[in-house]
Amino acid sequence: MSADRSPVPASVLLTGARLIDPSRDLDTRADLAILDGRIVAPDHPDAAKLPRHDVSGCVITPGLVDIGAHLREPGPRYKGSLESESAAALAGGYTRIAPRPDTSPVLDSAAHVRTLRDRAAEVDGVRLIPLGALTQGLEGQLLANMAGLKSAGCVALTNLRRPLADTRVLRRCLEYAATFDIPVIFHPEDGALAAGGCAHEGSVASRLGLPGIPATAETTALAQWLLLIEQTGVRAHAAHLSCARSVSLIEEAKQRGLPVTCDVTMAHLHWSDAALGGFDTLFHLQPPLRTRVDRDALRDGIKRGVIDAIVSGHLPHEQAAKMAPFAASEPGMSTLETLWAQGWALVEEGLFDATTLIRCLTSGPAHVLGLESAVLAPDALAELAVFDPAHRWTPADTTLHSAGLNTPLLNQPLNGRCILTLTGGEVRFNANN
Amino acid sequence: MIDAASSAAARVQLTSDGRLRHFIDIEGLPRELLTEILDTADSFRGVQDAQVKKVPLLRGRTVANLFFENSTRTRATFELAAKRLSADVLSLDIQTSSTAKGETLLDTLNNLEAMQADAFVVRHSDSGAAHFIASQVTPNVAIINAGDGRHAHPTQAMLDMLTIRRHKGAFENLKVAIIGDILHSRVARSQVLALNTLGVAEIRVIAPRTLLPVDVEDWRCQVFTRLQEGLEDADVVIALRLQKERMDGALLPSENEFYRHYGLTQESLAWAHPEAIVMHPGPINRGVEIESAVADGPQAVILDQVTNGIAVRMAVLSMAVSGQTQSRARQRAS
Repeated sequence: MSADRSPVPASVLLTGARLIDPSRDLDTRADLAILDGRIVAPDHPDAAKLPRHDVSGCVITPGLVDIGAHLREPGPRYKGSLESESAAALAGGYTRIAPRPDTSPVLDSAAHVRTLRDRAAEVDGVRLIPLGALTQGLEGQLLANMAGLKSAGCVALTNLRRPLADTRVLRRCLEYAATFDIPVIFHPEDGALAAGGCAHEGSVASRLGLPGIPATAETTALAQWLLLIEQTGVRAHAAHLSCARSVSLIEEAKQRGLPVTCDVTMAHLHWSDAALGGFDTLFHLQPPLRTRVDRDALRDGIKRGVIDAIVSGHLPHEQAAKMAPFAASEPGMSTLETLWAQGWALVEEGLFDATTLIRCLTSGPAHVLGLESAVLAPDALAELAVFDPAHRWTPADTTLHSAGLNTPLLNQPLNGRCILTLTGGEVRFNANN
Repeated sequence: MIDAASSAAARVQLTSDGRLRHFIDIEGLPRELLTEILDTADSFRGVQDAQVKKVPLLRGRTVANLFFENSTRTRATFELAAKRLSADVLSLDIQTSSTAKGETLLDTLNNLEAMQADAFVVRHSDSGAAHFIASQVTPNVAIINAGDGRHAHPTQAMLDMLTIRRHKGAFENLKVAIIGDILHSRVARSQVLALNTLGVAEIRVIAPRTLLPVDVEDWRCQVFTRLQEGLEDADVVIALRLQKERMDGALLPSENEFYRHYGLTQESLAWAHPEAIVMHPGPINRGVEIESAVADGPQAVILDQVTNGIAVRMAVLSMAVSGQTQSRARQRAS
């Protein structure tokens, strides 16, 4: 991808679009002038001379930010590579990705992080903001070299869904992370309650005979984390909430002033366990899709601002990973390139407004990671995405960049697509090329 | 949700004109089709009583028994059913052959399809395995589900229905009680679906809460945790097998305690209708879920179930292979 990109800073006048930048309370219809890679005021003397690009009906937002996409490097290439997944991210309107540390090897040392950053520089795609492992090898026993990971560029640490040995280790992890003011991202799940399960424990799993994961596997773990966050004062972020009760637990914690944020995946805002009816392995996710009531509570959590970010949960797989009976298939969905269209569909359904959606995709996750978010403001280096809500396209192996075709939206016509992504002042994705 | 699951199940199993082409799940099958299976099986019961027990319906056809999970009785009755239909039969215990060597389920099935088998009888420990094979792997081979995980065991349910019909006649006014490990039982799931489809008045499941699936009420059945209340005036009493490993999973304290509260004994059977029949899918754990005196007693029809099992499997095999042949012919024509 580095070979075929234009290294030329963009100079263009994007006309007729709706500009939405929640960090600046901006939602307006205006032209956006970019001169030599930087946004300039429309009345800039040179703006009139810029080549015009009509993007009427489109939405321009700061570049999207994701927490926890799996970009598959380092690791086995048959599931994807930094090239493929970075291209997918740019095609989805993402300019910054904080990838998961469960790579091979695990990102638990400064050296591994530096190697990944070198690879990212070579690929020169989406900007990577690595997440480090909370414990060595993600094994849940020994603390990772947290300060070293931070100095190598990790903005947060996580043990993902891997269990910690016990609550003592958990407590020590949080205390040590708090010492160096490193945020901890956690996926609340009680391993014993979730053991052996592959679907939400409810009427759908009961009918299908699928071993269930009760909602309490998430909520009991979440409650335990919240109490230890309160004790240690660490900044923490609950990832991939899946059930109604989790939203209310986070809401209470926030009301009590705990330094906690949370996210949800777009899949959990869209689907419920009803999608599992035909044993469709594309809906095998972790945490599992839960009931419609849970899904509606998550949507409401977005609307009311309890949930800070909507994330991709992007997990590309080769075809064989999903070609198995449900429980034996690998969990996860490839989502980066279709996420915006799904989000916009929820806005059009009236579930929340456009600003709320864009906040949860840009400044919300940036804030969680402690980053300044990209802005649509004069003098800023262009880091933005142009979405066309009316663009009708079909995600397919010919149109998707990700190595993972594991999405239920494959070969289904879809409305809405990112048509242009700029980062570092350069055009890095153009759907018309 | 129920409609979506049900239509997905129907889509996979039926030809465009509603004939059986795979037999995977009771879900999605209309009452008329279940009745057709029972009627066809009834006609094969006559064949079984004759001295020459073979009919030529599947002559020249190949049926492959693919058992990814252990079974003695189900496998034997399927084998016998296929042979009595004059099919060539290949029985593979796949646990101990290729998959153990790392060959994937997919490769195994594709190889067998390439050997031109007409039907696969599949037992697998994962729920949805038969559905997966029929919809994704070898849709042009008739798939007969011989048990998938906790999900379904539809031929067992249909042989139970045949047994009930032969003893009790019409289904409409019956009260049927199912006792035991409902949570892990593919048999119970398929039985409840079949009983509902056939119009049974009252279906009851009886178990301690650790052995009941969450939201089991959604199955359209009544749920009891006390044996006496559940058995009250029942016409059909079905005891399920209790796997020994349930004691390790902290689901039950002991076999003894289970037997004391949920065991089908002469004493507890007296709570049911005096003419109630007693069924069990086998193999029986005597003194755990059922007392020997009941299992061998006058109300038990457990060996009848075995005989009916061959007839039902003959019916399902012949119907599915014929439906599959027809839909393949239609595919070729178009």
